[in-house]
Amino acid sequence: MESWRKNPVVFWLLNLPPAFWLFVFFLVPLGIVWVISFGEKRGVIDIEITWTLANYVRAVEPLYLEIFWKSIVMAGIATLACLIVGYPVAFAIAFAPERLKAILLIAVVLPFWINALIRTYALIAVFRSRGSINFGLEWLWEQANALLGLVGLGELALLGEKFVPVPLLYNNTAVTLGIVYAFFPFMVLPLYANIEKIDRSYIEASLDLGAGQWRTFFSVIFPLTWHGVLSGVIIVFVPALGAFFIPDLLGGTDSQLIGNVIERQFKSANDWPFGGALSFLLMYLTFGALALRAAVSGRKQGLEA
Amino acid sequence: MDAPDGRRDLPPIILLVVYSFNDSRRNIVWRGFTFKYYEKAWNTESLIEAFVNSLAIAVVNTAVATILGVLVAIALWRFRFPGKAAYEGFMMLPIVIPEICMGVAMMAFFARVGWPTGLPWPLTLSNIMIAHIAFSFPFVAVTVRGRLVGFNRELEDASKDLGASEWQTMRYIVLPYLRPGIIAGALIAFTLSLDDFVITFFTAGPNSVTLPVKIFSMVRFSVTPEVNAASTVLIVITVIATVLAMRFQSPSRRAGGEEG
Repeated sequence: MESWRKNPVVFWLLNLPPAFWLFVFFLVPLGIVWVISFGEKRGVIDIEITWTLANYVRAVEPLYLEIFWKSIVMAGIATLACLIVGYPVAFAIAFAPERLKAILLIAVVLPFWINALIRTYALIAVFRSRGSINFGLEWLWEQANALLGLVGLGELALLGEKFVPVPLLYNNTAVTLGIVYAFFPFMVLPLYANIEKIDRSYIEASLDLGAGQWRTFFSVIFPLTWHGVLSGVIIVFVPALGAFFIPDLLGGTDSQLIGNVIERQFKSANDWPFGGALSFLLMYLTFGALALRAAVSGRKQGLEA
Repeated sequence: MDAPDGRRDLPPIILLVVYSFNDSRRNIVWRGFTFKYYEKAWNTESLIEAFVNSLAIAVVNTAVATILGVLVAIALWRFRFPGKAAYEGFMMLPIVIPEICMGVAMMAFFARVGWPTGLPWPLTLSNIMIAHIAFSFPFVAVTVRGRLVGFNRELEDASKDLGASEWQTMRYIVLPYLRPGIIAGALIAFTLSLDDFVITFFTAGPNSVTLPVKIFSMVRFSVTPEVNAASTVLIVITVIATVLAMRFQSPSRRAGGEEG
């Protein structure tokens, strides 16, 4: 690596265009929203910058605080679900035979190629009351009823008079599952990359020295893949926190997450100052999560050293 | 209950694709194979318009974002300079901040600077293109840097020792080595742009709707087979683009320019 002074022309030629782009078309827009968040709404599009904190005060009212909390909880549950399901999947791929490994990896990455919006929309067909899951359940219900009829319990209508579809769509569970479905590959890939790197002889050593399968997993394998777990958790949690079309399409009236509130301020309520304050709070929350990750992974490294 | 499991990630998509060929409006039972919803989608002018917009944006985005991403990657790999760590963090910012925050920032920016709205066709999309380039070139940079890690710097030194100029070294030593990384980066930029919904949703005006935005407004309205048909088309294009790019990356193909 050379010092930039040695070749300033090349240095500036390489750096100027991207730095300019990111400054003008990224940092300046963020700056505008930041300034607007200290403004007051006057009329339909008029915003006067008065450096008031009123928008932030309003954002921490119980109503919005609750929505923030709910976004954190739902993103957290979805992340945990991704981790619990993703870890065994990543593990199985890492330990699969070479040929199978490529196929399994493609199977996990394939959804990446498909639009997240379309994937969310596809879930509607599965969850709705006349959707695949409820059809499956109805079929089971009919079979169970027929069985009961065979053993002479048919008249009792033990399972109810009629099949009642389970409401799977337009509630918080649907939103959580939608988030899991959308971000699952983000969890598997970093986990896989880390599990793949484990020196297999550690596992053999642990087993040879008398540790059981569980002990080997929790004392040897899991700590070794800790960085993958952290990366996966952050990569899923951060976008899940700001999700807005997933709750919009799959959620009910009480599934509004912070993303939906921000969207409404900018698109329909037309209250940009308040929306700006909310989106900056969401950004601070995101940076908080990233800093937490850096702190945790730093301490862990310290312990390992 | 359908487990949220990666191996079962595809069935809803397959269902969607199957339904797009189903000869039934209500889409519940299979009533026979039909292309009529594709025909309908094809004849829905707004859908075709959105589709063409999406492609135009993706192409321009790919060209510009790839160049910017490669520049950053080479600059960070080659030079030592004060404040480098902060600069690197700054370059990664578009990747880590929530999409919706970037979306509203772009919306506020174009409204505040008074970006012209009544421009002729490809220029109506200019604000979306600008936003897409801003969020996708850092992804290109990350991909290309991944490739640069394995580069033997001595090759560069050898080239210069043997009298090659700065430009010649770049053109004949560094860029050829980077080609797979650049193609992969370009592909990522293309699919990111084609697939982006959130940021486009906030920057698109009534005359600059893209396919994902169009699909979203149709889905909100009602679930129709035309949406399934449009979604299937979008899926097919992304998959083909990805497969093609993978073919391009394979070593058996002869060099075909730096950007694929």
